[in-house]
Amino acid sequence: MSQPDSSLRPAELRRPPVRLLDLRADIPRRWYVGAGVAFIAIFLFAWTAATWLQLVSPIFLPSPGAVLTELQDQATSGILWQDLWASVYRIMVGWVISTALAVPIGVLMGNFRFFEGLFEPFVDLVRYMPAVAFVPLTILWLGVGDTQKFAILFIGVFFQQVLLIMDNVKTVPRDMIQVSYTFGLSRWEILRSVILPAAMPGVWDTFRITVGWAWTYLVVAELVAANVGLGYRIMRAQRFLETDQIILGILIIGLLGLLTDYLFKWSYRRLFPWALQSR
Amino acid sequence: MVTSPKLQAQHVWKIFGDRRDAEVVAVQDLSLYVGDNEFVSLVGPSGCGKSTLLMMAAGLEPISAGDILIDGRPITGPGADRGMVFQSYTLFPWLSVEDNIRFALKKSSLPRSEQDALVREHIQLVGLNGFERAYPNQLSGGMRQRVAIARALVYKPQMLLMDEPFGALDAQTRLQMQELLLNVWQAHRTTVLFITHDVEEALLLSDRIYVMTARPGRIKAEIVVDLPRPRNLLETESDPRFAALRRQVLTLIREEAQRSVGAPMTPV
Ligand SMILES: Nc1ncnc2c1ncn2[C@@H]1O[C@H](COP(=O)(O)OP(=O)(O)OP(=O)(O)O)[C@@H](O)[C@H]1O
Ligand SMILES: [Mg+2]
Repeated sequence: MSQPDSSLRPAELRRPPVRLLDLRADIPRRWYVGAGVAFIAIFLFAWTAATWLQLVSPIFLPSPGAVLTELQDQATSGILWQDLWASVYRIMVGWVISTALAVPIGVLMGNFRFFEGLFEPFVDLVRYMPAVAFVPLTILWLGVGDTQKFAILFIGVFFQQVLLIMDNVKTVPRDMIQVSYTFGLSRWEILRSVILPAAMPGVWDTFRITVGWAWTYLVVAELVAANVGLGYRIMRAQRFLETDQIILGILIIGLLGLLTDYLFKWSYRRLFPWALQSR
Repeated sequence: MVTSPKLQAQHVWKIFGDRRDAEVVAVQDLSLYVGDNEFVSLVGPSGCGKSTLLMMAAGLEPISAGDILIDGRPITGPGADRGMVFQSYTLFPWLSVEDNIRFALKKSSLPRSEQDALVREHIQLVGLNGFERAYPNQLSGGMRQRVAIARALVYKPQMLLMDEPFGALDAQTRLQMQELLLNVWQAHRTTVLFITHDVEEALLLSDRIYVMTARPGRIKAEIVVDLPRPRNLLETESDPRFAALRRQVLTLIREEAQRSVGAPMTPV
């Protein structure tokens, strides 16, 4: 029996037909990206059409042009940059404080049943309390400065974050910990050089998700007792029915949220290449 | 020939659960020994307590009653004198092959240059040259287990505990790995307690085999594998005594398997 020379590549390769809706199958990148772009384009088109044809009153829905004009006005007058800076600063500080506490506490809870028993009932209780309801209390306790804004962001993020980090730590396989004992390592050495690095990709994802939540709590934080900030701008515009300002604010918050999300996704791929295919 | 036992289990019990009515007797009054530089296998039906026994020997699971002695001293906890290879992949995915193996030397007092030499030597030993910098997610299942074996050997523990290390591999890779382990062990004799489901694997590798009963696990029989060494896959398996031993062990296991599912015993 003679084997064909394997180095002779067939002149033509059979290409499987592209089925867009195959279960779990990959699709060409241009379809994947194109679909997302097209969807947003349709949305923008519908918005433009609805306002252009005056299907809705500009009071309810301003045209994209009006929102762009508003953007230009705010940018030239400098309001936009002030708001941006104030809000980004509050989100950063609020989220960093929350994270700086959630990581050690979550790590303790994920590793030691004692700490899980100690904190979980309390955390579970508080995380269902509405952050908005804390606005008057935090003003009473902390005044009207930035500290109060940090506190609201903290309350909104921390209690969920701590539970997510606990779960991230618990996903580290038990056998991986056991085998480390057989190398003669102590509990603390295993915690530091096995459990933490193993849990890190999951924790990074938690960071990404919780920063997103911080953005959604921004309006709540700037609800009262603020005179600058993206959330404040929205609340103020609401009083004067300046819908173009409201929509501009919402869009900016949305875009900034998207940007932070993307930064975390991008750094995840850079930091944890080893975690990518193994899922 | 009398060998002083490296590991000795004396009337060991393991009972899970602390409520009397909800307890699981996993290991019952089990005694066995593994001599110095001896390769001993443990076979038995699924769920009979093999892994539990190994975990107790590693010091990773408390013993309910009885003792496990290493060199005559009761074990008190895990230690670097016993290396372990698990059935599941326990490599650290964030470390390269090289660094995974080096990780086992964390507590070693050897100078860096000697550690490097050891790591290189063990990569060679399991045939992974060229993959030093690869990460576990870039390796096949067999290659990962080879790294795990190298990692368990590199710090020179006095004995190896292996829990079905090749259980998750396909038949081809499994044969390769058996041959690899056989050669490694024949070249660097060490004490091994090895769990497997595979009777041929146990016969090929072991000096002795313990057959366990269905749960609660006790020792049902001890079989001395008096096949000549050095062994290799082809010759050893075609030895007529291999077939006779295989039949003997399979018969014992079959009795237990049938007992554990409650089916009537049929003569073999
Ligand atoms: N942590 C635990 N709590 C309660 N029961 C357990 C625990 N670990 C094991 N068991 C029980 O002990 C028995 C022995 O388990 P073990 O894992 O040692 O079996 P095994 O012989 O290794 O089985 P296999 O061959 O399938 O790996 C099983 O019935 C199991 O359900
Ligand atoms: Mg087992």
